[in-house]
Parts: sequence; C-alpha cells; structure tokens
Amino acid sequence: MASETDQRSRNHARRKWLIGPDFVVQRDPDRCIQCQVCVRQCANDVHEYDAEEEIVRSDSTTCVGCHRCATLCPTQAISIRRGNLEFRPHGSWTAGALRNIYKQAETGGVLLSGMGNDETLPVYWDHLLLNASQVTNPSIDPLREPMELVTYLGRKPDAVQLAGSGVSLSLATQLPPQLELQVPIMFSAMSYGSISYNASIALARAAKELCTFANSGEGGLHKDIRPYGGNMIVQVASGRFGVDVDYLNAASAIEIKIGQGAKPGIGGHLPGEKVDASIAATRMIPEGTDALSPAPHHDIYSIEDLRQLIYAVKEVTCYRKPVSVKIAAVHNVAAIASGCVRAGADIVAIDGYRGGTGAAPTMIRNNVGIPTEFAMAAVDTRLREEGIRNQASIVVAGGFRCSADVVKAIALGADAVYIGSAALVAMGCHLCQKCYTGKCNWGIATQDPYLTRRLNPDVATRRLVNLLRGWALETKEMMGGMGINAIESLRGNREHLRGVGLTDTELKILDVKAAGA
Amino acid sequence: MTRPRRIIAREEYCIGCRLCEIHCLVRRSRSRKIIKAFRNERDKVAPAVQVEQSGYASFALQCRHCDQAPCIEACITGAMHRDPATGAVLCDQERCVGCWMCVMVCPVGAVRPGQDRRVASKCDLCMGEEMPACVANCPNEALVYQSEDE
Repeated sequence: MASETDQRSRNHARRKWLIGPDFVVQRDPDRCIQCQVCVRQCANDVHEYDAEEEIVRSDSTTCVGCHRCATLCPTQAISIRRGNLEFRPHGSWTAGALRNIYKQAETGGVLLSGMGNDETLPVYWDHLLLNASQVTNPSIDPLREPMELVTYLGRKPDAVQLAGSGVSLSLATQLPPQLELQVPIMFSAMSYGSISYNASIALARAAKELCTFANSGEGGLHKDIRPYGGNMIVQVASGRFGVDVDYLNAASAIEIKIGQGAKPGIGGHLPGEKVDASIAATRMIPEGTDALSPAPHHDIYSIEDLRQLIYAVKEVTCYRKPVSVKIAAVHNVAAIASGCVRAGADIVAIDGYRGGTGAAPTMIRNNVGIPTEFAMAAVDTRLREEGIRNQASIVVAGGFRCSADVVKAIALGADAVYIGSAALVAMGCHLCQKCYTGKCNWGIATQDPYLTRRLNPDVATRRLVNLLRGWALETKEMMGGMGINAIESLRGNREHLRGVGLTDTELKILDVKAAGA
Repeated sequence: MTRPRRIIAREEYCIGCRLCEIHCLVRRSRSRKIIKAFRNERDKVAPAVQVEQSGYASFALQCRHCDQAPCIEACITGAMHRDPATGAVLCDQERCVGCWMCVMVCPVGAVRPGQDRRVASKCDLCMGEEMPACVANCPNEALVYQSEDE
C-alpha cells in the first residue's frame, strides 16, 4: 500500500469532483454595472472581470454562500441560490449524505465543518412556551416600572449572617468572589486565532459597554485586550496557550475548558499558517507552528485531578476570582457537573450539541453530545437534589438564537447564557460554515490581512451592543408579562414553562408540565 | 472655533471595494441613478474619489480641502475658490478655462481634468447633502465625515 503522503499527492493531482457546486450565483445582466465590487470582495475567486470583453463573470464552483458579494453589490444584481443539481429524492440517501461520500472518495480525508450542528435535530426551545399573567396576578410594564436583570455568578454561601440591626444592617458573611452582569448574557469563548483581532477586540469592547463578560477562549489574551480584563473571562484549556500568572490575574474569572459542545472529546488545531507573529506572541508559541490542543488535559484524568487544577488556579489568583469549568453536554452531564462543583468550580458552563466552533470533524459535530436544554435541566435538578446548587452558578451555551431562548434557559435553571454564533452573526457572519478555510469574507474567522480589515471593530462593537440591548429589552417585556420584576425570580422557575409536542419522558427530564396541565 | 468638517480616511478599515468611487460617480452624474449613470454617462462623468491600493493596504483619496490650498493660489482665473460657509475648496465651472494649473500643483493628485467639459473636476464634499456620498456608502465606515478637531 502506498504511503499516506503518496496517496494524498496522487489524490490532489487527479481531483475530480462528481458533484455540482453547492450554490449557483446568478447575475442579473440588466442590473450589473460591471463595477467589480464582487470581484474584489470574494476570497473564493467566484467572480472574475474579463477585461477583454469588459464584463464580470461568475463561476459558482467555489461559492460558499456567504453572501458577501450579494450584500455589497450596489445594484442588487447578484442572487445566490442552492445548487440546482437535484438528486432523486431519497429518505435515507439524502443529498448531504451523498455529497459527503463524493467528497471523501475524492480526498480520503476527514470531513470538516465550521459553526454548530446543522442537522434537523429537535430544538427544544421551540417546544417550550412561556407564561403570562392574566387576572389573578398583575403583569408589569417594564417601561414604567423598574425591572432588574442584574446577575451574580459565583459560589453562594450556604448561609448568611447579618451584623448590626435596624437600618445599619450589613452582611457579616464574607461572600466568595462574584461576577456582576447587567444582562444575563455573555460572549462565549472564541480564541484570538480562531477569530480575527478585530473580532476579538469588538467582543471585549462590547462586553465592557454592556457590563457583561467576554471569554477569551483558549488562545491567550492579546496585550490590547488586557485593559478590558474587568470584563473578560480567560480560559485554561488543554493546550495551555498563553497561560501565565499575568494572564490569569488580568481577567475577572478563569475558565478551565474541558470540552466544547461542537466537538466533545476532541481537541483543537489552529493551522500554522494562521499563527502569525501576533498570535504566536499571544499564545506563547513559535510563529508558524500548529497550535494543537490535546483532546484531554493530560494532567486531568479524574475529578480529583480537576480539583488540583482548580485550586492551583485559585492559589495563583489569591482566591479573588471565580473559577469556571466548561464541559460539553454529554450523556452523564449531571454527574459530571456535580463532580465539577465538588471539585471546587464556582461556575459550571455547559455547552450543548449546537455549540459552534471554528473547525470540527463533521461527524463529531453532528452526532456527539446531547441537547443543551436537557443538559441544563438535568444538571440543575441534580445539583438541587444534592443540595449543592448554591455552590456554583450554571452558565449554559449552545445555539441561543433569540431572547426567548435565553428567558427559557433561565426559567429552566440557568444563571446566565453564553452566546457565540449569535454574536458572530451580529458582526456579519452569514453562517456559511467555512470558518476552517481561513477565507472568511466577513473578516471574522480569518487572519488574512486582506480580509481582517473588513471588520471595523467600531461597527462590530456597536452591532453587538445593539443586539444585547434589544435582547435585554425583550427579556424585560417577557418578564413583565409573567409579573416578574427581577430575573432572580425567574431563575429555575419551571412553573413558567410549558411543553408542547414533547413525550412524557422528555417532559419529565425537563421537569416541565405539558401545555394545558 | 472648530474647524469645518472633512472626510477622513481610516486606512486600516478600507477594504478596497471601491463603493466610494461608484457612489461618487452616481452623485456627480446627471441622472443620479446608479444603473443609468453607469450605462449612459460613464464617459461623461468620473468619480472625485480614488482608492489607492498597494497590497492589502488601501484608502480612499479625495480633495483634502487644504487650509493653504495650492490650487487656489495657482488658479489664473479665480475659479478655484474657498466656500466661505464650509471652508471647502470649490471650482467655479463658469470661470474655469481648463489650464490645468490646479491639476499640476495639487500635492495629492485630487484635482483632475473633467471628462465631459474642459474644466477641473474635484470633490465638492457633496455640497447640499448631509453626508458626502462616499462616506454615506462606505460599508465599513472607513471614511468618516468630521472636523479634524473631533
């Protein structure tokens, strides 16, 4: 058998795709003015200007459907449609399944994807409905009455002692370190490297403006982002990129990343070509080398090992910062989360199977893990049963699309949520799922200097702030409808949820009554 | 006193799409309709802004409306003048005789011979508009319209 390298080079020389393009680019000749904006904007070389004939032409073969050209076209001359090569309909051999086989037969490689699971698995948020007040209790108008979204993340004491009396009452118990959020929404971990410098700084700036937190991801903390430490959570992941005393102390909280919803059980790989001088310095690795995150932390093979790392981090930060443990939602998530809390985690972050990524093997992304909603409910229930729910806050992540999803998650028991994909979409991402190619036409998931400048951080920050402001207003409206004036009163209040189209088992796990019950 | 507003290029965010050139051309066209302007007037009107590009670095360049404008000093007929209200450097097309002294002396090459008439063509900050067309249509806010003091 030929060596793998031989096989690969032979594959490359003879590459013949047996499939048509994913998308078809249509140009309306009545509207096209040959201005060539599309030519200049496409990193995939779909559009080309024929100077001889003075005409712009498109070759759909490499179109990824990111809509950059169509969005910037000043005459709306471009439309992008799904590839028009229809397979004979088949319930089992879907077009997606066939295309994957054709690709692999050609390349002999692992199928890669970006962003979250795109399979049509049930979205349980859509099967949960919120309550509202009618007659027996009054609803509240958030425009006229105060409405509180302030959230504190961190370990809460088992009991509190008060000192003084009457009006001079004060708290005698010293509280463990807490993160104060003005909205119960944070930006999830996206490393500098997986996303561009401009995207990273925009997330940090937006977090500061909104009085919430952004998570640095596992790629270290760029020196320009250190001033935003008051609104940053830094990660310690299996690759330990950029981790030192200053890094840990620069942030407001530290997150030990065990797993990621998009690829539980899998490590990460930032290709060497993306590791430029700035990323190399931030990650503390040589320039041009692959940044490989091992699948496990090689010093964590048990809950006891995790405890050692949690306390090592706490020692370094003088017990002044909460420590979070991020796990992917997998089958035994409740027991694992309980172990994390007992190991000393002040926050447990749970990332469900819709969580995003810059690159993951498609099979892993689409088939490993469990839905965020079940994981959330199971963990909250388990921690409450064990009487340790107060010892850690729960942050939930993985596919939050709107404020209603957030409100439902909080009613299910979450203290706060992480949003990643929604934040990227706010910055311009069109979910073409090609993050791993490094050719992000929106300047987000790329390090190419031609492309990164497309994301003006001022614009991106404004859009992120707008998004969360909108979600906060909607959250207040929904809370007001339920007659609730503080998000604290909604937390874990599953009476405000009802399920539709769910089986008895699903309702039982979610601990939610069926609609009408 | 704050200085009059100017178009300032933020080179680090210019994406080289040249939408500023396209919209400038439309603004200067007779029809002011993009498809019509490009179909029928392309040889009659040119944009007053030009994207300079070298590798990935680029920026849009238009008349700087200099405080000490060489074009005003060089103009033999007084066509090139400063608008007292806005401080913008404008060319009075009725007085311009097309000697191209302004074109010769402009330190940034922002004054060009007009395409349709033999008069100088340059940026007039889209007089009468709230926002110059290039600034309003820059998709990445790489052009801002503000006083240099801001």
